[in-house]
Amino acid sequence: MSTPFLSVRDLKVHFSTEDGIVKAVDGLSFDLEKGKTLGIVGESGSGKSVTNMAILGLHDPRNTALDGEVLLDGKELVTATEKELEQLRGNKMSMIFQDALASLSPYHTIGAQIGETYRKHTGCSKKEARERSVEMLRRVGIPQPDVRVDDYPHQFSGGMRQRAMIAMALVCDPELLIADEPTTALDVTVQAQIMDLLKDLQQEFGTAIIFITHDLGVIADIADDVLVMYGGRCVERGTKKEVLQTPQHPYTLGLLGSMPSLDGPVDVPLSPIPGSPPSLLNPPSGCRFHPRCAFAGQVAGGRCSSERPALEFVDGRAAACHLTPEQKRELFSDYAAARTH
Amino acid sequence: MSSTTPLLDVSGLTKHFPIKGGFPIKRTVGAVQAVDGLDFQVAEGESLGLVGESGCGKSTTGRLITRLLEPTGGKITYRGQDITHAGRRDLAPIRSEIQMIFQDPYASLNPRQTVGKIISGPMEINDIDPEGGREKRVRELLEIVGLNPEHYNRFPHEFSGGQRQRIGVARALALEPKLIVADEPVSALDVSIQAQVVNLLQKVQRELGIAFVFIAHDLAIVRHFSQRVAVMYLGKIVEIADREDLYGNPRHPYTRALLSAVPEATVEEEPRERIRLTGDVPSPINPPSGCRFRTRCWKATEKCASEAPPLVQVEGNKPGHLTACHYPETAGTVPAPRLSKDPEAAA
Repeated sequence: MSTPFLSVRDLKVHFSTEDGIVKAVDGLSFDLEKGKTLGIVGESGSGKSVTNMAILGLHDPRNTALDGEVLLDGKELVTATEKELEQLRGNKMSMIFQDALASLSPYHTIGAQIGETYRKHTGCSKKEARERSVEMLRRVGIPQPDVRVDDYPHQFSGGMRQRAMIAMALVCDPELLIADEPTTALDVTVQAQIMDLLKDLQQEFGTAIIFITHDLGVIADIADDVLVMYGGRCVERGTKKEVLQTPQHPYTLGLLGSMPSLDGPVDVPLSPIPGSPPSLLNPPSGCRFHPRCAFAGQVAGGRCSSERPALEFVDGRAAACHLTPEQKRELFSDYAAARTH
Repeated sequence: MSSTTPLLDVSGLTKHFPIKGGFPIKRTVGAVQAVDGLDFQVAEGESLGLVGESGCGKSTTGRLITRLLEPTGGKITYRGQDITHAGRRDLAPIRSEIQMIFQDPYASLNPRQTVGKIISGPMEINDIDPEGGREKRVRELLEIVGLNPEHYNRFPHEFSGGQRQRIGVARALALEPKLIVADEPVSALDVSIQAQVVNLLQKVQRELGIAFVFIAHDLAIVRHFSQRVAVMYLGKIVEIADREDLYGNPRHPYTRALLSAVPEATVEEEPRERIRLTGDVPSPINPPSGCRFRTRCWKATEKCASEAPPLVQVEGNKPGHLTACHYPETAGTVPAPRLSKDPEAAA
């Protein structure tokens, strides 16, 4: 078996704070191939953004303890020096942030900001960088790119800013693109435009994309594989179809049950997950989802609260749950039936 | 509800925010036409959903109904009484009947007050002493919204986002209102918590018979919660109908495009019909002439630029299903034309 393009093994990110150690990511593993999109879903505080900050080495080294292994195209990133990471960032891997207005400098033109990365990594002239910026803006669908390249961020609309961010991230043709909730702040019609754009660009350049979101609908649209995170751990992993159609973890099931659909029944109440997400300062023992899980009582010997369930692979699918496959089939089918009319 | 007057009747409601400019004497140089001629009614116990993209004027509408803003024009009638320009004194009794739930559960609760104080605030202001005292009533309310009555003396920072929103709901219920304006009540919450709060609001609406104006940008949640839905675009209602009609038989191109843009958590064998709108919402300072949607509409003609389409019952619609379009979409679910992705080709 060939080595995957990006391979994350047992990644741990712990922050030390005044109140204690926050285990933001606690043993996460996944692989990503070129040209594929991995969707990471989870609620706020589930560790999805922290994971990707750690891959890029954007965490604050003074209070962060990093452990595990991140291999990008064979290169180890966890132990890499800041200088080595600088070579990779913006060049081989780059990131699109959620809030485009906050992530762009208000004092520099869009063109200067896009060109900066390019100049740094290629060492080209200002003129060449500007030409490259215009080309990138054209590629992400900004009208009149040769004029707009001299605009400041405040002169762009929300959707255009996000396009400019994408142009900036892709200026050096990175092989890995991390998109952290890139469409959350946008309206649905603009969100649809941006997702189409990302899909087109991915087809053109074969970029590997990690797409972080809390919206399962967005995942269904863009991802190939899905990783569901809860409390800093992966609770389920599989292809998009598998995870959305036959979820194997009670949390995924709960998320799906929490979302009203555009054609489902309207007079039945939603089936939310009770309680609220755990504190990572003092996470629940055993399975971190057990205090909110509807099925925790079905597992013999109270293992849910005492023993951490391993992420077990069955037919290429993985779910970290103590329920047996037979139990899942039985329990989840009722749930699924209640959800679909 | 045949001859009874609606609980809330809004006609021609307009709000323009002036833009000041110039030096040294500031004068009005323009206006943001946030809301421009809205007509709708809300019946008792009914929930009306207002949906639209950011900047379409849905929140302004909510603030006008609650009279947190002074309308520029039009008329708001609450239970037969004209409250469009009512003064503070005339509004006082009505304010206790129209309550509001806000979007941000962190900003809308005073961090220095206990939960008990926050929820009994409306009773204090209106000098209402319920039977058994205010504290008893607050404990009842906490129970209704699914919080522990023992939390009476806690402060907002001790609660999670979802719990805080429940406190906001309890406060809105404190005066037994007839109408609640909920402005994006769940959009700041996590998915699993959203469903909890939506269920709570639905329970409140059914059991206490409170009418809702439910403002949200999430079409699926609005469909779940509201019996009737109005779609807004740049300060105008483009389509209003019962939810079955609006979601099953959208007649306005914008409604159709909006519905097709919502990503759904399902994996289809055949990809759904998608309409991709190009461009952004135009500025409300200088909205397009005629139909405001025409700059992004694939059906626009010269007529659309010269003549604003009225909000009427177009042919083939059920009564109460109003659409503001010169060229409404065909009734039923016929696939709409696919828009070109290339902005130059569209221009």
